[in-house]
Amino acid sequence: MKFTIARRVVQLAILGLFIAGNIYGVNILKGNLSSSELFGVIGLSDPYALLQLFLAGFSVGSASVIGALIVVIFYAFIAPRAFCSWVCPINILTDLGAYIRTKLKIGKNIINISSNSRYYLFALSLIFSFTFGIAAFESVSYIGAFTRGVVYLSGSAISIAIIIICIEAFLGKRLICGHLCPLGAFWALISRYSLIRIYHNSKNCTHCNKCKAVCPEIQVLDIIGKESKNIRSECISCGRCVEACNDDALNFSILKFRREE
Amino acid sequence: MQRRDAIKTGFSLVGLLAASSFVYKEYANAKPVLKLRPPAALDEDEFLTRCIRCGLCVEACPFDTLKLAEFKDSGVGIGTPFFTPRDIPCFMCEDIPCVVECPTEALDPKLVTKDGALDINMAKMGVAVVDEKNCVAYFGIQCDACYRACPLIDKALLIDYKRNERTGKHAFLLPIVNSDYCTGCGKCEIACITDKAAITVLPRDMVIGKVGNNYVKGWVEGDDAKLKDADTKMHLDSKKGMKYLNGDEL
Repeated sequence: MKFTIARRVVQLAILGLFIAGNIYGVNILKGNLSSSELFGVIGLSDPYALLQLFLAGFSVGSASVIGALIVVIFYAFIAPRAFCSWVCPINILTDLGAYIRTKLKIGKNIINISSNSRYYLFALSLIFSFTFGIAAFESVSYIGAFTRGVVYLSGSAISIAIIIICIEAFLGKRLICGHLCPLGAFWALISRYSLIRIYHNSKNCTHCNKCKAVCPEIQVLDIIGKESKNIRSECISCGRCVEACNDDALNFSILKFRREE
Repeated sequence: MQRRDAIKTGFSLVGLLAASSFVYKEYANAKPVLKLRPPAALDEDEFLTRCIRCGLCVEACPFDTLKLAEFKDSGVGIGTPFFTPRDIPCFMCEDIPCVVECPTEALDPKLVTKDGALDINMAKMGVAVVDEKNCVAYFGIQCDACYRACPLIDKALLIDYKRNERTGKHAFLLPIVNSDYCTGCGKCEIACITDKAAITVLPRDMVIGKVGNNYVKGWVEGDDAKLKDADTKMHLDSKKGMKYLNGDEL
């Protein structure tokens, strides 16, 4: 449970700090996940949003470029797709949806699509941004809309939350985060070489498949029981499998260190 | 087993119904909102291209003037900042914090910089328009609320004194907007005493006209240079009159 608790604390703390910054003027985090200001000095920007803005207009403000670089460097070299499970507030909603889904024992997906759809949507969003001159995903982004709703305390966040939970619980298993989200695809691409990875030690593995039962990105666990290896970058670093594994076969590790071993 | 499946499908359908009714709720409640952007916003298309929708301008505004558009604010671009002057106008801060905060330069400080210093009076957020039929000053009542509220008094908003022929002994105090100076801050709109403001800020591109280059202003020095290489030949289409007479329109 410790990783799940830690994740919720981080996710809620970030939202809380945004609310405190925007409503009460606490000078720690201001803005929202698209672009923000840390301690009133360090600008941080969403690199995917900035990439779309760049393709749309071929010019972006210098402050936001530096902010996006900081963010890219963090995820590209440290934690793979950690944004999805440790920062993104939609993750709380989809996890809740998935929980409802298991509690109601709903097995059938109404919508069945490949988890590669997100990469197509990612490519499409870049093409649309370029052709229509407007940040394509940002202008329909449920992540942005929900975060803004929460951060600026507006009622529309509730509707968006209910819509997302319903889709996740009743339409398809891990439909939004695991199949559709182009931002998740972007982080997966960025995270190819990041260092903190889940390492699978197949010597300890007893093929109990508990990890596969809890993993939201189940395709990354195809190596379970077969080879000792680091899990690839589609993993959202949520640590659920580490919590589930009773055989000490899965744990966070540092990529480079393991390679030398 | 069959019944259990039916119940599960029922759950799914109820859930979908809930989701779609909330989608419907968001869109059915959508109200068109005027695109009044913060000061120093780029042209509308360029602004939409540049704005990262972070809300740092909203946060920076000390008067809570700016709002980020939600699903229910239709026609503004979700997540982009706008303001509604009749609720809270722009208070024209001299240090323009909203513009300074913008990380993507969608609010471009260059547009409000004069002689190396920020000058909020250069802002062009919108332009005020007077509804003469519903402005009490046009009734002959002495009201200069909007005029007094204008931060660019006697430049952006003037009073035109006119004799009231009906009473014979009073004057009309008529508010006149000079669109060259009007910043569209909306202080006049919130000051207006009528139930629904008789002076309203509208987006500039909805109101401001554009004159062709062919007119020569005799009172502007050098304007007659336009005549220098003017083509003075008459271009008459002799068949045009015939076409008119013999065409289908008559």
